[in-house]
Amino acid sequence: MHTESLTTTSGLKVKIIGVGGAGSAAVEHMAASDLGQLPLAIIHTHARVLQQRQIENKILIGVNRTHGLGTGGDFELARVMAETETSQFQQLCQNTELIFIIAGLGGGTGTGLTPVLAKAAKESGALVIAIVTTPFEFEGQRRFKQAQLGLQALRASADAVICVPNQKLSKLLDCHTTILDTFQHTNELLTQGLRGIWQMLTRPGLINVDFAYLYSVLRGRNVESVLATAQAQGDNRVRDIVEQLLGNPFLDNGQALANADQVLVSLVGSQDLTLAEINKIMEQLNRRIENGQLILGTAIDPESTGRISVTLIASKNGKAPSNPDSISETSRVSSVPIKGIDYSFIEDTVTPRPHNRFVAPPPQSTPERTRELLDKRSSNSFIRKSSKWTQELLNLEIVSRGRFEKSEPTIHRGADLDVPTYIRHGVPLN
Amino acid sequence: MFDRSSTIVGLDIGTSKICPVVGEINDAGALSIVGLGQARSRGVRKGEIVDLNLTQEDIRNAIVEAEQMADVEIRSVYLGVTGAHIRGFNNRGFHPVASADREIMSEDVEDAIKNAKTLNLPAESRILHVVRQHFLIDGQDGILNPVGMFGAKVEVDVHVVHGLFNRLQNPIRAVKALQLEVEDIVFNGVASALALLNTQQKELGSLIIDLGSGITEYVVYTRGVIKHTGVLAVGGDHVTNDLAYGLKVPLGRAEQLKVDYGSAVADERSRGQTIAISNDLGIHEKNISLEHLRRIMSARVEETFEIIAEELEIAGVLDQIREGVFLCGGGSRIPEIQKLANRIFGLPVFIGKTNSISGLKSALDQPEFAAGIGLVRFGSFEWKKRAAQKGSKGIRGAINNIFRFAGSTSE
Repeated sequence: MHTESLTTTSGLKVKIIGVGGAGSAAVEHMAASDLGQLPLAIIHTHARVLQQRQIENKILIGVNRTHGLGTGGDFELARVMAETETSQFQQLCQNTELIFIIAGLGGGTGTGLTPVLAKAAKESGALVIAIVTTPFEFEGQRRFKQAQLGLQALRASADAVICVPNQKLSKLLDCHTTILDTFQHTNELLTQGLRGIWQMLTRPGLINVDFAYLYSVLRGRNVESVLATAQAQGDNRVRDIVEQLLGNPFLDNGQALANADQVLVSLVGSQDLTLAEINKIMEQLNRRIENGQLILGTAIDPESTGRISVTLIASKNGKAPSNPDSISETSRVSSVPIKGIDYSFIEDTVTPRPHNRFVAPPPQSTPERTRELLDKRSSNSFIRKSSKWTQELLNLEIVSRGRFEKSEPTIHRGADLDVPTYIRHGVPLN
Repeated sequence: MFDRSSTIVGLDIGTSKICPVVGEINDAGALSIVGLGQARSRGVRKGEIVDLNLTQEDIRNAIVEAEQMADVEIRSVYLGVTGAHIRGFNNRGFHPVASADREIMSEDVEDAIKNAKTLNLPAESRILHVVRQHFLIDGQDGILNPVGMFGAKVEVDVHVVHGLFNRLQNPIRAVKALQLEVEDIVFNGVASALALLNTQQKELGSLIIDLGSGITEYVVYTRGVIKHTGVLAVGGDHVTNDLAYGLKVPLGRAEQLKVDYGSAVADERSRGQTIAISNDLGIHEKNISLEHLRRIMSARVEETFEIIAEELEIAGVLDQIREGVFLCGGGSRIPEIQKLANRIFGLPVFIGKTNSISGLKSALDQPEFAAGIGLVRFGSFEWKKRAAQKGSKGIRGAINNIFRFAGSTSE
């Protein structure tokens, strides 16, 4: 597409490493795109898979133990093998400042090896961003659990983790999509996401977003980091971008934005990008962000003609109790994070089956949440696009502005002073 | 015989009433209020005109009344303006002293003030007032008049009041359409302060709050100069609206209830009391709880004061006020408002009265007319300034002075 602009003009030394079957496939996909300019590498325990991939830099792990036949989904084995060959990883990561690790969690190599690689990369002085997928629901509980454990471990070792749940992807695809296309799509998504981050970090921005911003958004809350990208050109590009973003399955119809604590938006436009366009896009996004902090980066890409691309990373505090699954997992994983891949856990059949992560939990109506919703309704007439979790209530008591109906509202620190004070302050009239 | 009469009219276009105040400067140069007009204002919301035709009609009625009372013909007015768009802020300008001996000339001072005025205001803004606060010479603070002193750099602190040009044009247009001239426009808050405060009060630090029906203006004077001005587009209308909404009565009835039973403090005494409301035919309609009425009202008034206190706190002027808080405008008639204001500001609270001007006692004692009287006062300063300029214009000025003397004795 626009390869020249992608080269490391900023002098940032980057490497993209794919781990396991899914990771190497994704990296191969990237090699075919403009990201092929960057140094790529793949790591696997399976010799045959490695052979098939057209990437120059290949590392086979565990020849001595498995003779290049893979781990058979045994992530503990993968971890042990990886730990014995850490020196190879460190060599790979030398003289690099930023490392992207691409992996599919749930299998053996991806789950077991990725945290070790991330740790080694970090120890060699690089900043590590892991972009991982979690398995489809049909792949079974075991893979799902493994993926969760891998995610936990990865979270402790990588600087930032962005998780792309494959299950949510299935919403994007219709029933005729072939399995090949599906994985192709996943790869494309990972590529777009990585490209988005890469552009955000390297392109000299008008409103600059650098790694520190990214780090502050992703750090410590990676479980729920969500990545969405959108690109559009033409007359309706602004509307297209907003539609694409809000239609993105990872954003749950914008629900992820509403719940997010931090949202990082990187906007790369062509030279004809106008302030009004930025404004329109951000206005739409802002409306959907309820409590989160929004960080905007903008850059101009002289190469792209009439195109706007947006990369959005929304992250929620991982400790939020709204996701009971992640909490229960956390508590079960032992206190040493890296060693936390607790093998016995997988075979512990007595453990109650955790709620599936991808089934929407029942509407939660804690008193706080209810009040929050009610407050919002009274102060803001904008009715949010109905989400799948909460059923909207009709706003029955409409506070009229009485004789100030047609006058300019008096807004003081966000409060409409034309609304009677006793209503805003909740003075009880019995 | 004179191109400028000694009659000065201040016109306050308020949200509930329009009131021109007529003042006269006597031979000794003292100002006295001689006439006053009043008309209900129908085309103004939150201090700004929303219906030009209605407002013009109202202005005409009010002017006619004032003309009859004062027995003068009004040709020009000093116009009070207000609105939520008006802002005030402090700015500093500087000028290096050019002369060889480093003596500060009046040109240097003017340049410094000019420099302070060149602000990066948005294009649609118009400056209403630039008030000189004090000068600094080479960093030495608190100099009142630097002319003739020595220094390398003159700095001046000014307070600037500005508003949106287009919105300021509306009242001017309404007045001009009635074949009246607008001498100058003055921010209502500044006008009220001029009417109420004497030099000592300005010096010690005072807060003037003009509680209008559509809008509330506040001005802080410390060390004799304006330190802060602000506008809050909340006023008596809001109280009425709150009552109408909370007690479920029509606006007109709510207004009447506010005047008859209102209070700024909801205390124990009102508990359990009810007010019987009857309809047009005198038949009992329903009972309204006095406690609710006062609670709704006090919540609004309290909030208004709290917002002002908060703004002043942020601006860092709240603890510079030592003399007290002066309330004027219709809102200052709310019973027990002094008590409430005292609680929030922690300062002595006075209902503003104009003491330094003679004339109609009935007008001067009313806090509602403070802005109008202040406008006249502002006009009298301008008049004196012009007279002084004229007086200094050599022979012609001297002749004028003689004529003036002759003219006044012949009357």
